[in-house]
Amino acid sequence: MFNRFKERLAGFKQAVTGKIEEKTETIEEDMAMPEAEADTAKASRLGLASRAKSLIFEQVVVLDEKDLEDPLWELELALLESDVALPVAEEIVSSIKEDLVGQKKKVLADTGSIAEEALRSALLKVLSENTFDIDEYIENAKKPVKIVFVGVNGTGKTTSISKVARYLMDREYSVVIAAGDTFRAGAIEQIEVHANNLGVRLIKHKTGGDPAAVIFDAVEYAKAHHKDVVLADTAGRLHTNINLMDQMKKIVRVTKPDLLIFVDEAIAGNDAVERARQFNETVPIEGTILTKTDADAKGGAAISIAHITGKPVLFLGTGQDYPDLVKFDPDWLVDRLLGS
Amino acid sequence: MVLDSLGGSLRGALKKLASAGRIDKQVVDEAVKDIQRALLQADVNVKLVMNLSNKIRERALSEKPAAGMNPREHVINIVYQELISLVGKSTEIALREQRIMLVGLQGSGKTTTAAKLATFFQRKGLRPAVICGDTFRAGAYDQLKALCEKQDITFYGDRGNLDAPEVVRNGLEATKKHDVLIIDTAGRHALEADLIQEMKDIHAVTHADQKFLVMDAAIGQQASDQARAFDEAVGITGVIITKLDGTAKGGGALSAVAETNSSVAFIGVGETPNDLERFEADRFISRLLGMGDIKSLIERAQETKLEEEIDVEAMMRGRFTLKDMYKQMEAMNKMGPLKQVMQMLPLGGMGIDVSDKDYQTTKDKLDRYRVVMDSMTDAELEDPKMVTSSRVKRISRGSGTPPEVVRELLKSHRAMKKALKSMRGMAGGKMDMKRMMKKLGPMMGGKM
Repeated sequence: MFNRFKERLAGFKQAVTGKIEEKTETIEEDMAMPEAEADTAKASRLGLASRAKSLIFEQVVVLDEKDLEDPLWELELALLESDVALPVAEEIVSSIKEDLVGQKKKVLADTGSIAEEALRSALLKVLSENTFDIDEYIENAKKPVKIVFVGVNGTGKTTSISKVARYLMDREYSVVIAAGDTFRAGAIEQIEVHANNLGVRLIKHKTGGDPAAVIFDAVEYAKAHHKDVVLADTAGRLHTNINLMDQMKKIVRVTKPDLLIFVDEAIAGNDAVERARQFNETVPIEGTILTKTDADAKGGAAISIAHITGKPVLFLGTGQDYPDLVKFDPDWLVDRLLGS
Repeated sequence: MVLDSLGGSLRGALKKLASAGRIDKQVVDEAVKDIQRALLQADVNVKLVMNLSNKIRERALSEKPAAGMNPREHVINIVYQELISLVGKSTEIALREQRIMLVGLQGSGKTTTAAKLATFFQRKGLRPAVICGDTFRAGAYDQLKALCEKQDITFYGDRGNLDAPEVVRNGLEATKKHDVLIIDTAGRHALEADLIQEMKDIHAVTHADQKFLVMDAAIGQQASDQARAFDEAVGITGVIITKLDGTAKGGGALSAVAETNSSVAFIGVGETPNDLERFEADRFISRLLGMGDIKSLIERAQETKLEEEIDVEAMMRGRFTLKDMYKQMEAMNKMGPLKQVMQMLPLGGMGIDVSDKDYQTTKDKLDRYRVVMDSMTDAELEDPKMVTSSRVKRISRGSGTPPEVVRELLKSHRAMKKALKSMRGMAGGKMDMKRMMKKLGPMMGGKM
């Protein structure tokens, strides 16, 4: 899933290494020059003196912006090819630039790892924002835990709910599902099939009913029957549809979920940022489930969404069967991306 | 469509071009880099973007701009031509007996599109039928059945039978009296070998005339690879882009079109069965680049020569009649809806952020002013001072607007005239559009 990114990244590391070596050589040559010539060189290349000094006394080399322009553009393309959204990719690249430019880097250190470390820390920083352990949360939270799932159409909310149900049941929790998508044709039937397959109680109303009422009933049922978790489906909605976004606000206001989870797909490109932002602004989410990662997705959407919402990615959907749900681990994704 | 960062960055680049007197390598390189960014942010495939931008750079430098085109228009024109050559035509839809198979990734919107397509043909007077070939996803049968029943469209499905090719074969037999047979299939992706095989098997049964790839407008860099896999398996004849009513630009779908060497058949713009539109390349490309209507910009800018039509010099000298004001409004109107004009004009990229509501208020106001002016005599337009209260009453009655509006118009005109006069001598006769708009904006009624 990450092969192409690795190739690009290798190119970036090589380019930075090359620049550092080239600079080291130039400096050494300059040093060997007679006094007079070295003076002209000093005049023509600003800052050479300080760089040369660094070399003599500290065995380090200084990279400037121009050195990094091409390698960083390559890196940005690599991030874009991995579906990291443009503004996010630009921010990551500029933070790496800040990290590298003007810093006195020890020549003796493995120069490739300088570049890689900068990238790794930039990515980890994005992905590790507000880490949230959902297992721990559910264990300690007052029961029943109310979890509502939201997202745009077709990202996989219903399928994800059935996977999360299975995940929780595997951990000995009892689960109730609320068929809160009362809008889309076939949605109730769809989740009913999953509930039956899993042996989970489904609370449903008729198509066209009030989603908040369905969820409310499911919570009442859970209270009466001492169930641990309520998983509530909602209709898919585009973030541009003001009425549906208002309706979602109302659902959240009425049902007061403990966790609001945003579901989006790994194959989404730049729009992932826009919709994550708008959903998070309308109803602050606790985290994201990223679906369809098995479709050879590059994983960039995880970085985009985590960055824009400041909320963690909780799970990855990795296939069409119930167990195809993996708890998300930032180190794992970054390791996969960087190939270590 | 809000002025977004993408449109902003692109307009920024093009603004730089506009101020550059002639085309040289550095100017073009800079513009091309920003166009690259715009396309990448619209999810166009990275390789495709690189190919495109190389071509654009080459052409921008080697081709002479058409007469009267500034460097900015020259480069936009080339960008536009290159994109048009990729997605210029839309898939031809025959209004006769045919079989249409819908394929695509999970959640791209095939089932909803199947019902929309059937509705499209039904409206054209043909008898469509929809066959549910998705035997995998829970609820697929119920969803399609419910959608079809609502539209009174014949539906065939076989709940419980998991053999999709067999269901489709039976469905084709059962619906053979219908004109247009639309076959919905389960969502799948390129790496699901068994499902790709199933799709081939269904295709072997249907011999569909059209094989439409249904693509979510939001899909990213995966689009090309996925499209290639579908194309290799069944031969894609057209792409349907769904969820274009969101903010996604659809660059992934464009990449899919390029990859499969096909064209766009329809676009999905909403959740109801009627929200399916034929594809219009101009609108799509404008949206992709986050700009106003580019083609019209190029064509209309040449026709109307907005800047010439308004006698700036005379206005600055303080001769600004209601006729001049009217002319300005007419010129703006010819260029299209006010909002788009604002986006097309250089000032649209100058960071003047205008909300939708303000546009609407301004537009409404300008429309009313035009009506009022249509009821005025030539003499009145030339010399608004002669409009006395009895004339206000006459104009108000003639135009069907309240007298306040007439007075408001006169007031706006006086304010504009004063503003123009006060700007005289600024920047050596060259107008600072931004400052001018700032001054004029509130008088035109909106908070620009």
